[in-house]
Amino acid sequence: MRARNTIVGAAFALLAGGMAHSALAQDIKIGEINSYSLLPAFTEPYRKGWQLAVEEVNAAGGINGKKLVVISKDDGGKPADAQTAANELVSSEGVAMLAGTFLSNIGLAVSDFANQKKVFFLAAEPLTDAITWSKGNKYTFRLRPSNYMQAAMLVEAASKLPAKRWATIAPNYEYGQSAVAVFKKLMSEKRPDIQWIDEQWPPQGKIDAGPVVQAVAAANPEAILNVTFGADLVKLVREGNTRGLFKGREVVSFLTGEPEYLDPLKDETPEGWIVTGYPWYSIKTPEHDAFLKAYQAKYNDYPRLGSIVGYQTIKSAAAILAKAGSTDPEKLIAAAEGLTMPSPFGEITFRKIDHQSTLGAFVGKTALKDGKGVMVDSSYKKGADYLPSDAEVAKLRPKD
Amino acid sequence: MAFYVVQFLTGLASAASLFLVASGLSIIFGVTRIVNFAHGAFYMIGAYIAFTLTERLSGAFGFWGGIVLAAFAVALIGVIVEMVLLRRIYHAPELFQLLATFGLTLMVEDLVVLIWGPDDLVGRRAPGFRGAIDFFGQNIPSYDLFLIVLGPVVLGILWLLFQRTRWGVLVRAATQDRDMVAALGVNQKWLFTSVFAVGVFLAALGGALQIPRDAVHHAMDLRIIVEVFVVVVIGGLGSIVGAFVAAVLVSELNAFGILIFPKISIILVFLVMAVVLIVRPWGLFGKPEAAARKTPGLTVNPWRPLTSNERLMALAALIVAAMLPLFAGNYLLTVGSEIAIFVIFAVSLHFLMSVGGLASFGHAAYFGLGAYGIAFLAKMAGLPMIVCLLLGPLLGCMGAAVFGFFAVQLSGVYFAMLTLAFAQIVWSIAFQWVDVTGGDNGILGLWPSSWAASPSRFYWLSLGVAALVTVALRTMVFSPFGYALRATRDSVLRSEAIGIDAKRIQWTAFVIAGTTAGIGGALFAYLKGSVFPDNLGISLSVDALVMVLLGGVETVSGAVIGAIIYKALNIWLVSQTDLSKLVLGGFIMLIVVVFPKGIVGTLEMLAQRRKKASPPGSTLLAKPIESAE
Amino acid sequence: MSVAPPLLAVEGLTKSYGGIHAVRGVSFSLRAGEILALIGPNGAGKSTCFDMLNGQNMPDSGHVRLLGEEITGRKPREVWRLGVGRTFQITATFATMTVRENVQVALISHGKQLFNLFGSAPKFDRDEAGRLLELVGMGGYADRPCGELAYGDLKRLELAVALANQPKLLLMDEPTAGMAPRERVELMRLTARIAREKSIGVLFTEHDMDVVFEHADRILVLNRGTLIAEGSPAEVRGNPQVQAVYLGEGLVYDARHREGAST
Ligand SMILES: Nc1ncnc2c1ncn2[C@@H]1O[C@H](COP(=O)(O)OP(=O)(O)OP(=O)(O)O)[C@@H](O)[C@H]1O
Ligand SMILES: [Mg+2]
Repeated sequence: MRARNTIVGAAFALLAGGMAHSALAQDIKIGEINSYSLLPAFTEPYRKGWQLAVEEVNAAGGINGKKLVVISKDDGGKPADAQTAANELVSSEGVAMLAGTFLSNIGLAVSDFANQKKVFFLAAEPLTDAITWSKGNKYTFRLRPSNYMQAAMLVEAASKLPAKRWATIAPNYEYGQSAVAVFKKLMSEKRPDIQWIDEQWPPQGKIDAGPVVQAVAAANPEAILNVTFGADLVKLVREGNTRGLFKGREVVSFLTGEPEYLDPLKDETPEGWIVTGYPWYSIKTPEHDAFLKAYQAKYNDYPRLGSIVGYQTIKSAAAILAKAGSTDPEKLIAAAEGLTMPSPFGEITFRKIDHQSTLGAFVGKTALKDGKGVMVDSSYKKGADYLPSDAEVAKLRPKD
Repeated sequence: MAFYVVQFLTGLASAASLFLVASGLSIIFGVTRIVNFAHGAFYMIGAYIAFTLTERLSGAFGFWGGIVLAAFAVALIGVIVEMVLLRRIYHAPELFQLLATFGLTLMVEDLVVLIWGPDDLVGRRAPGFRGAIDFFGQNIPSYDLFLIVLGPVVLGILWLLFQRTRWGVLVRAATQDRDMVAALGVNQKWLFTSVFAVGVFLAALGGALQIPRDAVHHAMDLRIIVEVFVVVVIGGLGSIVGAFVAAVLVSELNAFGILIFPKISIILVFLVMAVVLIVRPWGLFGKPEAAARKTPGLTVNPWRPLTSNERLMALAALIVAAMLPLFAGNYLLTVGSEIAIFVIFAVSLHFLMSVGGLASFGHAAYFGLGAYGIAFLAKMAGLPMIVCLLLGPLLGCMGAAVFGFFAVQLSGVYFAMLTLAFAQIVWSIAFQWVDVTGGDNGILGLWPSSWAASPSRFYWLSLGVAALVTVALRTMVFSPFGYALRATRDSVLRSEAIGIDAKRIQWTAFVIAGTTAGIGGALFAYLKGSVFPDNLGISLSVDALVMVLLGGVETVSGAVIGAIIYKALNIWLVSQTDLSKLVLGGFIMLIVVVFPKGIVGTLEMLAQRRKKASPPGSTLLAKPIESAE
Repeated sequence: MSVAPPLLAVEGLTKSYGGIHAVRGVSFSLRAGEILALIGPNGAGKSTCFDMLNGQNMPDSGHVRLLGEEITGRKPREVWRLGVGRTFQITATFATMTVRENVQVALISHGKQLFNLFGSAPKFDRDEAGRLLELVGMGGYADRPCGELAYGDLKRLELAVALANQPKLLLMDEPTAGMAPRERVELMRLTARIAREKSIGVLFTEHDMDVVFEHADRILVLNRGTLIAEGSPAEVRGNPQVQAVYLGEGLVYDARHREGAST
């Protein structure tokens, strides 16, 4: 029976060997991994974003004259599959660096792989603080503002609210738990008078919204912190609206202002929530205008936050590769540390101390306009302003 | 007080949609004995089509018409699926239909994204049911009240259908004894088709009715399917009333459970199911199942150990496989290791499922426990790799010993569901108990020691262990214990009548299978350098089932081939296309139709036929008699 | 001086299902080497009796003693270990295993090797299995999958399996059902021979009165759960009550039974 084992193995080898890639030897290859099949709503705009960046980089002469090629793989939302893909990209495709990932656990899995195999990894979207702090490593950098940074931005606004009695609703897994923990900690530091009177932990992706809303309403908080997103958020908002949960209560909500999460709510968008997000329609800076125009011209669609992340991931990677002038991981790390570059949100820097970029986010309030949800009164919060002191960061991060 | 009343009503509203979907599943299972994995997919298509229709058609009539129309449209799809796919495989071995419907589900998940796009869709609110009704200061959404009324109405209609129509009488008769209906000269084909259509209609209606409260998206199916299985099993397979009561029970427990234990809602339903099954092995309203008659095809090819020639060939194949590092690169070697590990996993499930007749739907629990065993030993106790590899699987062994003890008290689908419940409980603990397991973010940094670190060494290690495990389990199949295990599978009655303690034999097999899976998991942890709750998740359990079924559940070596083909194909497809689910699902459905006994099973059958055809008139034609148990 | 207890002693055995009294106050005993027939029309309670004797079924009241030892309510596998083999009215065999393997499983169990994980089962007591199969006339079928066998052959196989633990007592529920008349006589002759040689007690039920009258040393007649007669074949044949409920109707063997043979 194991005869067939080898036949399959051999066929496999032939296939793998026979697959010619359009990339030439002198091209610079980036291996990109994301949850395309599991989370198409987020990864499609993200993909469009990085494809635009690749185009722009190559139109501008590539990387020190060499063409930039991105080889993209789907991880199906599974850390184990992401590692298989990372391995293929590194071992078979010979990519100069890894980039991408959306889910925190996948980001961590690839980051650990990168550390083990000594490969440069630029994490695009994972939010977990662990990736740059408690489980940070020399080879891993992260673009998007972390959980902590977003919490700090929200706390800044939330601490000004008069509300004293707070309830929390968060999906019961690592992201939800740590978002609530950081928010509570920072909030209680600023406002020792606050009481946390109720918490709801619906299972991620499986919220039974009616009972949850009813239970929170029964606790009668003055303000609510929400960490749910996606389909859970839709259900929560719909039940909350119908049952009047949000009436007369302040709501602070992670990520809800991102078009990915806000747009599906359409005319049911609750008004006045304090959220982090991406109001692409109201950002009036030359950098963003340029990006917006190019994006809309190419795709005839508006960008989501994922588009920004995808775009800036490849832009950052290109900048790092260009500065390093080499694909040697050690040189890439040296080039990336402290590197400053432009982005659609303005200049960003990859910090030397924890490899976190200073890309920020917008904080504003939700509103309804023409039957659609939008963010109003928004302002850009620079990432650099919402990170703990260097001394604290040094304590959080293992020595590498 | 008003609050508790409203909470209760909210629970009832959730129960209504759950009931619709669950009753459909229950009816289908009752008559056709198909574990319809695609039930969630039909629910999802119902929601998508209803979304499109309700957006196009305006007004109240457009909305309600759209909902009903969508359900009918999906029922029609169900009819086509039944006629084109399922009809061909009713006589395949038990659970093979599960494989077909699993393939269908994979395809549907990709298809809806292709058709409706990737974004979450939020549909209209139901006309006339937008607001809420004030109840002593608490708000009850009027749509909830609509659902609360709808549940019992549907129950009533179904009851009338089953009690008052000839069709219903036939369905009930078939639920009790399939063969009897066939004997009565009823056109079984159309009975099955119509039952499938009704079941799918209910699922689609359940999905369509979510439009005003939920977002329509491509992962809706998985969200509901497991819960629905749980409801059906708690209620008792084939019992509509049972499905209703169980749906209410589960929803109310959830509604009130979150007030007391907000964090455990995810495992609540599984805990309830485990308790119900342990106390009432056939569910609340189920009846003890008449032992399934064995598929006649089972007897065609008696199992026998390899002949010495075959042994040499297997050894030669192993040697060739061991030479892979001579010409393959690191990536291929790592893929090879992964495949070898999945061979271990599949072979362990095969031992339980094919040899023991116990189809576990939660086998990943023991694989994952093995992996977490490594994580705890290596990270917390800091033990060296070789010690970890030896001790890590013990966690799988212990888990199997505890859960297996309860699980083997049951059989058939109930066994499957109890194992699923246990696996889900373990998964939830790993997923939510962040302090110990790292939760979703897993435990990182479990890389192999230097002696096994290089891809070729790790490949040899995995291949060696896989070969050892395969040989060991194969030896057990033909050991006195293996005979006893097969005996309990074929006839518990006869086994007990010749002094065999069937439960103890099965429990032992469960522990052996769990420990072996744990060995696979332990290697997997080192291969990936990390452990995540995924490693004990449902989808991994389903993967293992698919591998065994694909190879051929009635064969001794099918699991090995099934694992190699499925895993290699899976890795390759995921690497090559974002539509891997579509292609893989299509492939599985094709295999199911072309190889109705699994790949190895069908090949063996063909070989057997050729052998039989050659010496003319060699055997007497004895009439096969099924030995009923 | 105490008398040696009989091989099997049954006392006041009773079982009812809801309103149906399947078996009511049945008492009898059986000596080693004796062949005892239990007859009665369909639904008389014969199989229910059998099931209570080997622990398959729990009596509502009454006692079963084997060589004086109380075995009421013991599990079937424990009763088997005490030396009671049985065959079933509806055969129960291991359909996916070969005929020889069926016997080997019983031998493995008898040899207490059930948890032997790494031995070779195909070689286990192969000769003994072959001998038992020869004994019941199944030697030529040893390698056939059991699921392919004709009904009468399954009955023979069950006898071989029942003999595997060298029983003291054989319980045979309609052992010759599904066989041609000539085969019936042969099988019962064989059974009788073995019983006499090894001094095994045999309790059997049978609808074929020729078989019963030829082989039974003694006959028990059961009707609606109660014993209505007991005695030698001649006595039973002459009993008017028996004739009324049973023989008088000329039912030598019934319709359902014929149906069973052609399933
Ligand atoms: N599990 C059960 N539940 C309810 N009634 C039962 C059950 N088992 C047997 N009975 C009833 O008990 C009575 C005796 O049945 P039993 O099978 O012992 O008869 P029998 O003498 O073996 O008949 P036959 O010659 O048809 O085999 C019958 O009326 C039968 O319907
Ligand atoms: Mg009987």
